Amino acid sequence: MELRSNAFLENAGEALHNTAQAERRDMIALFAPLLRSAAIAGFDGFDNLRQHVKRVRQHSLDNLYHYLAQFEQEAVHNGNRVHFARDGGELNSIVLDICQQHGARRIAKGKSMVTEETGLNAFLQRAGLDVMETDLGEYIIQQAGETPSHIVGPALHKSAGEIRELFRNKHDLGPRELPETGDLVSEARQVLREHFLKAEVGIIGANALIAQSGYSMLVTNEGNGDLCANLPRVVIVCTTIDRVLPRAQDATAMLRLLVRSATGQSQTCYTSFYSGPRRESDLDGPLETHFVLLDNQRSEILAGDYREMLECIRCGACLNHCPIYASVGGHAYGSVYQGPMGSVLTPLLTSLEESHLLPNACTGCGRCAEVCPADIPLPDLLRDLRHEETRKKLSATRWRQGLRLHAWLARHPSLYHRLTAMIIPVLHRLGRRRGSFSRLPFAAGWTSQRDFPTPQARTFMQMYQAKVKQRDEQ
Amino acid sequence: MNEQQRDHTAPPGAMRVALFVTCLADLFRPSVAFASMALLERAGCEVTVPLLQTCCGQPAYNSGDYEATVPLARQVINLLEPADYVVLPSGSCAGMICHHYPRLLEGVWRDRALELAAKTFELTVFLQEIARSKPQPIQPPGFPSVTYHDGCAGPLRESIREQPRHRRAGPCAGRYRGQRNAAGRSLLRVWRHFQAKMPEISGKMVGDKLNQARATGARILAGGDLGCLLNSAGRARRQGDGIEVRHIAELLSGNLEAPPIGEGT
Repeated sequence: MELRSNAFLENAGEALHNTAQAERRDMIALFAPLLRSAAIAGFDGFDNLRQHVKRVRQHSLDNLYHYLAQFEQEAVHNGNRVHFARDGGELNSIVLDICQQHGARRIAKGKSMVTEETGLNAFLQRAGLDVMETDLGEYIIQQAGETPSHIVGPALHKSAGEIRELFRNKHDLGPRELPETGDLVSEARQVLREHFLKAEVGIIGANALIAQSGYSMLVTNEGNGDLCANLPRVVIVCTTIDRVLPRAQDATAMLRLLVRSATGQSQTCYTSFYSGPRRESDLDGPLETHFVLLDNQRSEILAGDYREMLECIRCGACLNHCPIYASVGGHAYGSVYQGPMGSVLTPLLTSLEESHLLPNACTGCGRCAEVCPADIPLPDLLRDLRHEETRKKLSATRWRQGLRLHAWLARHPSLYHRLTAMIIPVLHRLGRRRGSFSRLPFAAGWTSQRDFPTPQARTFMQMYQAKVKQRDEQ
Repeated sequence: MNEQQRDHTAPPGAMRVALFVTCLADLFRPSVAFASMALLERAGCEVTVPLLQTCCGQPAYNSGDYEATVPLARQVINLLEPADYVVLPSGSCAGMICHHYPRLLEGVWRDRALELAAKTFELTVFLQEIARSKPQPIQPPGFPSVTYHDGCAGPLRESIREQPRHRRAGPCAGRYRGQRNAAGRSLLRVWRHFQAKMPEISGKMVGDKLNQARATGARILAGGDLGCLLNSAGRARRQGDGIEVRHIAELLSGNLEAPPIGEGT
């Protein structure tokens, strides 16, 4: 998708003025954390497991190329073909080549943030292929021509009414009204079923790659991933290199954290392991299977200061607990990944120049780090990105110099106290009657939304030093 | 100038506490600093106020200017490390010293930062867990009901959650009104980059916070971080909200002479 992260403030402004969507976001922000905390309260040892999985993930990343090689060897042994793609363009070309080799016209696609990252759908469609998203949320936004607003629930921003209207415009409904939400689901299911049966190629993502067996693991709640992976003749699994884990039990340990953190379930409805093409004794399954493993900056991230970000398991808990995400919604971020994890990842996958506002979309409240099942210190990483922003002078000069001046003054206490002892009493006299200022020239951003409380008569240091002096004189 | 001005009325053997009043209390609300002193003295501490204190460095640090923060952090360490204990009437400033100085500094400075962190406390935590002072029942009849805003830096960085509620048993016994959305403890940091850089978003957030506070029916919104309180009070004034905003130290000390934050004389 086209990156629109530097329009964050404009996007956010629009979102804040859409009251219906703001109310939906408030509801989700209220319920999603409750679901998560209920799931974790009923699960003994979440924190221990979190630390265990963190160590496993760190170990996997420390030995990433070893485990990737092992995965490749095992996957090939199982009859898969394994491709490595340096960037999004390479992934898209590899996938298109496979589709064209098979003369495919129809593609059934499971949910995959990685292919959102590479813009695969648009690429395949430009080449004349009929690509249909089969995850309900992805299907809805594909019909609407939108991008995901949430990495787990891509269409969470849409109400049932909006989806009904969308289906009325896009489907041939005849006299049917689809009054209930269940009717909407049935309608989508009907359309999708036909596509599943006709598709020549299925494309799915993966939540983990298992080095020891060469399998991939995928979780869904709709079972659409399994239909994509079993009905078409050819299946392509698209994911990134950092998804590799040593053993199957590592993947399932991660799964226990992932599902509870994402949706508050104890288990997803479908958890599938894909080994490769149909074997002679198998009754069904694809004839040919591919893995396309994308790097797209992961090697650079691994070698740099933000490698902990590669431990992210894409649960979306940080989005669900972020007050900024709740306030402005996912589209404001103008990027594939949203919320705290997206605000770290986007600058790393694109460039800080194109997305430096995102690391500023943080109050430092720390809820994201508190709930992160991968224990990633997101507020620290966001601050470190602001550090880079400052060093690269991407933030406003006036702002940067103002803070620098303040820090310099704070390092010169006598001057600081003399200056503040002059300014504060003036401010007090100007504002004491009303108690607050409705406008202040040096705080326009602040006073656009709230008053600025008037200071008390003198600074504490003025008063305290006077008190000390008086005592010394006695 | 003597840096360590002692209060000579303190009993012998008292805990020696350096009070870092924070830049916001120094500039905008000295009554918070005086209330903190009174509370510490009432708890039997010998309070000193290092006179060369200014700011802990959060503004530059949070905006990402680590280079400007490092010398300031070292200055604060030099200033405060002679004390037995350091107490601040702010969870976020205490968090800055306890968690972020060690992260920011290296080598011997990091060791010194860790030593300082081990004896640095937010005010209500110190009163409750270190000084173990009994809350004073000074509840006047008709004392208004209070709701407490957990500053986000509090519960997360400093594990401050129960202490201020417990302390409230003093002046506000039976007057506490819990806020409905426990998960929505919020997020009104000020004096950092966010309110100024993204005012519209923070405006929505503080508006939501005030709605929650109002829904409790409480007359007073209290909190432990002056940054959050200036934000809330400013928004309450803008909306014409009647709720009074005060720092928890003022309530606990029982001295409510100063008008609530943002209100005129």
